[in-house]
Amino acid sequence: MSTLTIENVFSDYQGQVILNGLDLTLQQGEIVALLGPSGCGKTTLLRAIAGLQPISQGSIKINGDVLSSDNVFIPSEQRGVGMIFQDYALFPHLTVADNILFGVKGLNKAERQSRLDEMLELVKLTGLSQRYPHELSGGQQQRVSIARALAYQPQLLLLDEPFSNIDAQVRNEMMLEIRSILKQRNVSAVFVTHSKDEAFVFADKLALFKEGCIIQHGLAEELYAQPTDRYVAEFLGAGNYLPVTVNSCMEVSSPIGVLQSSASINYPVDYQGQLLLRPQQVELVADEQGLAVIVERRFLGTVCHYWVKVEEHCLEVRSQLLQLSPGQKVNLFAPAHPLVIF
Amino acid sequence: MKMVKSAAVLGLACLANSAMADDALTVYSYRQAFLVEPILEQFTQDTGIKVNVVFAKDGIAERIAREGRLSPADVVLTSDFSRLIELVEKDLVSPVNNEVINSNIPEVYRSPKNEWYALTMRVRNVYSSKDRTGKVDINYEDLAKPEYKGKICTRSGKHPYNVALVASMIAHHGEADTKTWLEGVKANLARKPQGNDRDQVLAVKEGMCDFAIGNSYYYGNMMMDENQKSWAEAVYINFPNQDNRGAHINVSGMALAKFSPNKDNAIKLMEFLTSNVAQQAYADVNMEYPVKADVKPSKLVASWGEFKADSLPIYKLAENHQAAVKLLDEVKFDL
Amino acid sequence: MILGLTRSWSLAGYSIAAVIILPLIALIVQAAFPDEAVFSHLFDTVLPTYIANSLLLMLLVAMGSLLIAVPAAWFVARCEFPGRRYFQWLLLLPLAMPAYIVAYVYTDMLDYAGPVQRALRAAFQWSSPHDYYFPAIRSLGGAAIMLSLVLFPYIYLLARTAFMEQSSSLLHASRIMGCSPWRSFWRLALPMSRPALAVGVALVAMETAADYATVSYFAVPTLTTAVYDTWLGYGSLTAAAKLSAIMLLVIFTLVGFERFARRKQELFQKQSALNDSDRYCLIGFKALGAWFYCSTLLFLAFLLPFIVLTGYAIEYFEQSWDERFWQYSWNSLYIAVVVSGICLLLALILMFVRRVSPRTTDSLPSRLSSTGYALPGTVLAIGVLVPLTYLDFAINDVYDWFGARGPGLVFTGSAIAIVFAFTVRFLAIAIGSLENSYKRISPSLDMASITMGQTPKQLLMRVHLPLLRKGLLAGALLVFIESMKELPAALLLRPIGFENLATYVFQFVSDEKLEHGALAAIVIVFVGLIPLIYLNRSLEHTS
Repeated sequence: MSTLTIENVFSDYQGQVILNGLDLTLQQGEIVALLGPSGCGKTTLLRAIAGLQPISQGSIKINGDVLSSDNVFIPSEQRGVGMIFQDYALFPHLTVADNILFGVKGLNKAERQSRLDEMLELVKLTGLSQRYPHELSGGQQQRVSIARALAYQPQLLLLDEPFSNIDAQVRNEMMLEIRSILKQRNVSAVFVTHSKDEAFVFADKLALFKEGCIIQHGLAEELYAQPTDRYVAEFLGAGNYLPVTVNSCMEVSSPIGVLQSSASINYPVDYQGQLLLRPQQVELVADEQGLAVIVERRFLGTVCHYWVKVEEHCLEVRSQLLQLSPGQKVNLFAPAHPLVIF
Repeated sequence: MKMVKSAAVLGLACLANSAMADDALTVYSYRQAFLVEPILEQFTQDTGIKVNVVFAKDGIAERIAREGRLSPADVVLTSDFSRLIELVEKDLVSPVNNEVINSNIPEVYRSPKNEWYALTMRVRNVYSSKDRTGKVDINYEDLAKPEYKGKICTRSGKHPYNVALVASMIAHHGEADTKTWLEGVKANLARKPQGNDRDQVLAVKEGMCDFAIGNSYYYGNMMMDENQKSWAEAVYINFPNQDNRGAHINVSGMALAKFSPNKDNAIKLMEFLTSNVAQQAYADVNMEYPVKADVKPSKLVASWGEFKADSLPIYKLAENHQAAVKLLDEVKFDL
Repeated sequence: MILGLTRSWSLAGYSIAAVIILPLIALIVQAAFPDEAVFSHLFDTVLPTYIANSLLLMLLVAMGSLLIAVPAAWFVARCEFPGRRYFQWLLLLPLAMPAYIVAYVYTDMLDYAGPVQRALRAAFQWSSPHDYYFPAIRSLGGAAIMLSLVLFPYIYLLARTAFMEQSSSLLHASRIMGCSPWRSFWRLALPMSRPALAVGVALVAMETAADYATVSYFAVPTLTTAVYDTWLGYGSLTAAAKLSAIMLLVIFTLVGFERFARRKQELFQKQSALNDSDRYCLIGFKALGAWFYCSTLLFLAFLLPFIVLTGYAIEYFEQSWDERFWQYSWNSLYIAVVVSGICLLLALILMFVRRVSPRTTDSLPSRLSSTGYALPGTVLAIGVLVPLTYLDFAINDVYDWFGARGPGLVFTGSAIAIVFAFTVRFLAIAIGSLENSYKRISPSLDMASITMGQTPKQLLMRVHLPLLRKGLLAGALLVFIESMKELPAALLLRPIGFENLATYVFQFVSDEKLEHGALAAIVIVFVGLIPLIYLNRSLEHTS
């Protein structure tokens, strides 16, 4: 059974449509990243799930219970969802211990203490329970906010850009740490970010947002390799586009020659489209007679990034070959793979 | 939150409680405490009737009008005549037909319908500088003459004492002539009208002006005040218009409130205020002339000599009161 | 935002707002009644002068305060000279001094019979006022000077902040481009602080328009005194209400101007605070000049009146230290405490609703409830009495109908009228204070607590209240002080025979014997000093 089911949700604010017929499901223990540029509606969806934002149509359910629909609205305080905020939202007048236990109800003193100890241990803050939020580092505050949300034992955890205030050096480590905490406790989570790198590291699945809709939802590698849309392709990484003509269901002809596909192509013969080639899907061979020429080279350590000109097209290529220099003639190959054509 | 709310309600209830009236008499007084309190205490001693007295400089009539039938006021004491008129005009008094009071107070000093009674009299005098002008024989009319230019001081023209004087001028000369007169007086002022009657005497002493318009009892009171004695000693007291109609008299007075909750006791108090005891107290404590014929003014007041008073009945001033206020505005006397 | 917030919270907000704006509505309704020719008589005779006086006074006070305040603010914010750190807050002290007390002290000193003119006469052997010219202190000009002396700190405070918050890189740039301090003041600092100055001028003009005591003492007839006289003298509430409406027109114009200027002000202010090293270091004559300017100002506006007052208080201590002094202090105190409590509670409800309500119109009650501050005390008194009188009669009618004896004048005959009026007038202060505090509480704290199962009430009690503590305290304190000081509303609304410190002191002022009321006046001044210390501390904290 799925933890979270969102069906055909619409939401608007001051006459402007923010969520536009949106669907999403989430399995128990799964972490989904809502990915998209700012203003695309991903935070709005998060708030709608938490009951902080009204929806005008559609339904939101957790474990089959309706939270919001045309005629049901469960108030935030009865939804049992936890939320972690960009600014952590720690109560400045309460100690770490009081913050963590803020939402805990119906336990006696000993149980509260053991819940607290458990949480502090989980987020590695044992011994800091009597500190106030302003006495902690950013990363420690972040962990307190996780502990607070988990101590409340929510059915679903919502994270609103929780890593954007953390230094780049420790961000990755922090994300892996929290991910492992969530996985350890089998918590389902929805995670909002505008950074694909964060989404790749933290989430199991991605849901890519565009203008209030999810345009593609699935495993990260699926979205990367098989984007259904040029927008998805570009959001998840750089790519080159070459005009191609479909020869057969396994072959196209392009400015760099005939290319084979390892999966059948869903377009009719003679269809003219744009082929997506990621920089690492193209290979270079030095050739005095080559059709292409190196325009610019940038050394990146283990690889080199080249800009290569073929006819009027300029391609980015990432290559293990480090010795090519601008002006040199080359030939380009693309090994057989499931071709993505728009 | 509940606690805060109930505390607030409790607090308001306490505030409200202080407003609840008991059965004692309530007197609204324009007259000052030092004067009225001893007399009222005497009344309580004699009769056992408790009196709550509250003082205000302004707005008693307005307040009684607003309070309407819920007003706790029984008796109103005023320091001047225009306040009495105001009460009558607003229909806030109830006539008293009481033989004791009527016999104590001559007809000229009460309203024809017994809506109000004068209690004391004072003369609106002209004080003159001992050093610079000496004692003078002067008429109110003279104050507008050009030879007094820059020599006269007075308090606000809108003060009831001055309004009453203007009303008497209208009664004698008509509105048009009075307006010309007021314009003349205004042109002769040494400074913009300000302060009270004592300040005018001080101004004469300091040389700011040579003549000051002021009530007689202030002169007496200044004489009795250590700090102010020298002020009074710098001026002569002159009773105006002695060769013709006599000096203008203004009065303090009393009235029975229309919705007095305790009329019988209120009339007892009014009787008392016209009695010899109370009249003598007024005369001695505040240097005023008693209205009851057989009560003598204080020694000090008597020493200023006999004078001729304007025989115009006080209630005649009432008819010109509004006109006087309007004239004062029209000539912008205070501006 | 709490989507499930019940309507009862909004209803509470609207009910409060309805009660608070009741006086304003009553006033407008009352002004619409035809009156008995009083108004047209006034209009034909003295009213133009009253209006002209009011406007002229506002203009003069605004200019006077600007002239006094801007150099002082510039010295303190942008220059370094001996004593600067002290002047920074000392120059706020005049705010604690009621203008009519300053006016009294100076009149005593400067009028014809006062020591200054006596000394002059003795020195030059003049014998009468015709021998020399001395400006009349009891005049429009005199009132303007007195009001400027106590109101200039409003402008000083805003100008100081504006000067300090102007980005130091702009200052550096102008220095590098060869601007002298003098030139960068005229070309840079002054134009950039114009919006702040405009806000200050509007505040000063509003305070001037509302002043009753000073102009009444100086016998300068303005609209405020006209309202008072028309009501009590002519006994025409309707004419007084008409005059009040004219006054409100002026006031609300000023309020609009102030709002407009405030919005502009935000454009010019930067977060970067000025460093100590960015100040012009004054030395020699210049330092002395700055020091002299600030100390003269402090002396004239605060020290001198304060010393005179203290002298009076000591000399007349025996007569003043009596039962009445205690009674009136107690009256002032408990009214101020009750009003602060009520204002705080109402402001908390209003601001809570505004913050968490999902309905955009729910910000209306708190805005409406803030309008009371614009009503001058005299005007407000009319607005308060009209509905309360109606209510009193209604209550007694109900009793009569049941054949019982009514409770009498429950509202207008008791201190409730004053408490209500003060609440209407000062609720805006409490609201403003809470609004500022609320801005500093991140909205995600609200979301965090409600997603963790807290009801709106729990959110208020467990999260907002503890975090608003400072704002609540500051708001209560300011309301308390204002309630201790407010004169005209107390004068008009007090139950007959009721006095508090302010009316008691003013009584002595108008009887020309402040000496006897000096002790009470000092209490008012001291109480007024408390928030200034607090204000200054919070300012130092931010800078």
